[in-house]
Amino acid sequence: MPTKVEKDAVSGTETTGHEWDGIKELNTPLPSWWLYTFYVTVAFGVVWSILYPSFPTGPNSYFGGLIGYSQRGELSASMAEAAAAKAPMVDRIAAAELEQIRADADLRNFAMAGGRAAFGDNCAPCHGAGAAGSKGFPNLVDDSWLWGGSLSAIHQTIAYGVRNTNEQSRASAMPRFGLDGLLTRTQIDDVAEHVLAITNRATNAAAAGRGATLYVENCASCHGAMGEGNQDVGAPRLDGRNWLFGGDKASVVQTINTGRNGAMPAWAERLDPATVKMLTVYVHGLGGGQ
Amino acid sequence: MASVADALSGPYAGHQPAQRVDYVEDVVRAFVIATVFWGVVGFAAGLYIALQLAFPALNLGLEWTTFGRLRPVHTSAVIFAFGGNALIGTSLYVVQRTCRASLFGGWPLASFVFWGYQLFIVLAASGYVLGISQGKEYAEPEWYVDLWLTVVWVAYLVVFGGTILKRNEPHIYVANWFYLAMILTIAVLHLGNNAALPVSFFGTKSYGAASGVQDAMIQWWYGHNAVGFFLTAGFLGIMYYFIPKQAERPVYSYRLSIVHFWSLIFLYIWAGPHHLHYTALPEWTQMLGMTFSIMLWMPSWGGMINGIMTLSGAWDKLRTDPSLRFSVTAVAFYGMSTFEGPVMSIRAVNSLSHYTDWTIGHVHSGAMGWVGFVTFGAIYYLVPKLWNRTGLYSTRLVSWHFWIATLGIVFYITAMWVSGIMQALMWRAYDELGFLQYAFVETVAAMHPFYVIRALGGVFYLTGALIMVYNLVMTVRAMPEAAAVGAPRAAAVVAA
Repeated sequence: MPTKVEKDAVSGTETTGHEWDGIKELNTPLPSWWLYTFYVTVAFGVVWSILYPSFPTGPNSYFGGLIGYSQRGELSASMAEAAAAKAPMVDRIAAAELEQIRADADLRNFAMAGGRAAFGDNCAPCHGAGAAGSKGFPNLVDDSWLWGGSLSAIHQTIAYGVRNTNEQSRASAMPRFGLDGLLTRTQIDDVAEHVLAITNRATNAAAAGRGATLYVENCASCHGAMGEGNQDVGAPRLDGRNWLFGGDKASVVQTINTGRNGAMPAWAERLDPATVKMLTVYVHGLGGGQ
Repeated sequence: MASVADALSGPYAGHQPAQRVDYVEDVVRAFVIATVFWGVVGFAAGLYIALQLAFPALNLGLEWTTFGRLRPVHTSAVIFAFGGNALIGTSLYVVQRTCRASLFGGWPLASFVFWGYQLFIVLAASGYVLGISQGKEYAEPEWYVDLWLTVVWVAYLVVFGGTILKRNEPHIYVANWFYLAMILTIAVLHLGNNAALPVSFFGTKSYGAASGVQDAMIQWWYGHNAVGFFLTAGFLGIMYYFIPKQAERPVYSYRLSIVHFWSLIFLYIWAGPHHLHYTALPEWTQMLGMTFSIMLWMPSWGGMINGIMTLSGAWDKLRTDPSLRFSVTAVAFYGMSTFEGPVMSIRAVNSLSHYTDWTIGHVHSGAMGWVGFVTFGAIYYLVPKLWNRTGLYSTRLVSWHFWIATLGIVFYITAMWVSGIMQALMWRAYDELGFLQYAFVETVAAMHPFYVIRALGGVFYLTGALIMVYNLVMTVRAMPEAAAVGAPRAAAVVAA
């Protein structure tokens, strides 16, 4: 189609003279604000590239920019600044005994705040944001403790954890009575009935009676004659309403059958001593501390 | 509505009054049907996973229906199935008309592209649901799907490029520059990012050629330019044809189209590293990605200026033609998100926005506002033309679609802005003693109401699309055929 330049009646601008399927184009010049803004962004790009790391100078080297910026430097500087702001209190926490922290209003207040933050980042995934626990993960707001609820016991549990590879980890193991053939299926049912009977929930009195003997032989050494538990070996109480893995009969049967051996990391391997202390004071202060 | 098979039953001859050219339009019709179909599927999938985020029980406890598997179904359905069919379909329509030439390869090759592309979509989506994925965002399909898409894409290039080569116009129209840039660059990106070694010939698993931060860099070179060339350049091609047609006005500035085309093409390809700020990616690469993203602002806006200013002298048409309203609002959303993008690429801003819903909101103002609306505008223009109807069944329903969908977008992006910025500020909040104020899970809980609002936005957007489906079906069923000019059905009968 021959080129035919026309004048557009609305804008007064000439067309380029091209036409495709009825579409024409105006020969409007570039909007100057557009062009100058574009130049400004290019100038910004050039200046920024001079100030900051911006191009490679070899396989393992790059131009670092005039102002010596580095993102690792930026991170360490802001972490150091935050640490410095907290240092006076953190140093006092690190030097103090747990009981001293609890007794001193300032230290206690700081430890509760630091413990709450550390708990949210490290403990909440298992124990819950409100520390109420869930199936398999102990409730930390009540006064029922697997390994003890004193400040020192809680500190020991947090610092070295439970059933992990740390040498000072708390350790014990409940046998897999069914899987390892220590008890028959019927015997397990009887023991479960006895366990339910401790809280007056037995469904079969005869079975519970048979289970009482089996309980004495197999369970009482850890869980106690009356199901009162033993914090030295982390054996849960069986006489309360706190059932770590469920208190209905099916759950109890499964627990006896397969054993339950929950684990917890040794937080001293990951957190500094002051943070472990603050966590201890925080967990102790949740309501169940002894 | 004619079935896809019906639409593909054979070539037919449309013609222009001035100079008869046998345009291949059956395939374009099929692509339009596929665009609408996959659009509804993609929007519905998006709504479902939005509801999953608000109400996790909707994961149903089945591996096939978890968010992790349905999310790529949504993203691929809207980007590649809805967007891809819109791009290929409109490009095959536009290239014929603006070159005054029928498709190179005719309807057989174009039909191969159509059915091949649909097969690609089905293979990809079925893989996601079954857990077959490369784990690369927007490039999830495994090696066998990638190979198939390569074959289909080359055929598409041959059809499109061949038509340009045999054109009867002295110049190549600007829309075709953008379409061709899209086709070529997507080919390069696809091959580069999917270089992988299959574990076995009959297995689905493969391992990528690159690893670590190099893999991340290649992935975001791909990912950002999938946005840049598929969702930006390609849809600018749609804009450059359909807005002048709908407005019946000349394109605002030929010079601007040249300058913004080349600056966009040159600058976009460098901007990928802004997806990897504050990571193991070397700092110089991050800075380079950021400066190029900022320089990209005006080249992006060149398209917006050309789109909106083309309406000067025809603004009154916005009152009477709601499908033009879609196209123009799309350009406004395009302008907004291509300003937001450079802002978010600034590292200081990115340190706040990254890993939050702000990014999701940004993507959706582009996807729902720009890509979706410019496609709706084109479809409302195309359907009466392609099915030779006197007009749309109801412009009132187009208007309803427009307002409902716009409301949906506003709900969506404002909810995501608030949710994203709120979460970012919660992450950084310290108490007076210097400890972090919130645990991660508290920031998640705080987002719940905004997730519900976002899902509501999705309900609106999907509802609008369903109104469109009804309107289009009724257009084909109930509207009278247009007069003799180009009467394709009659011509086909005569030809047979």
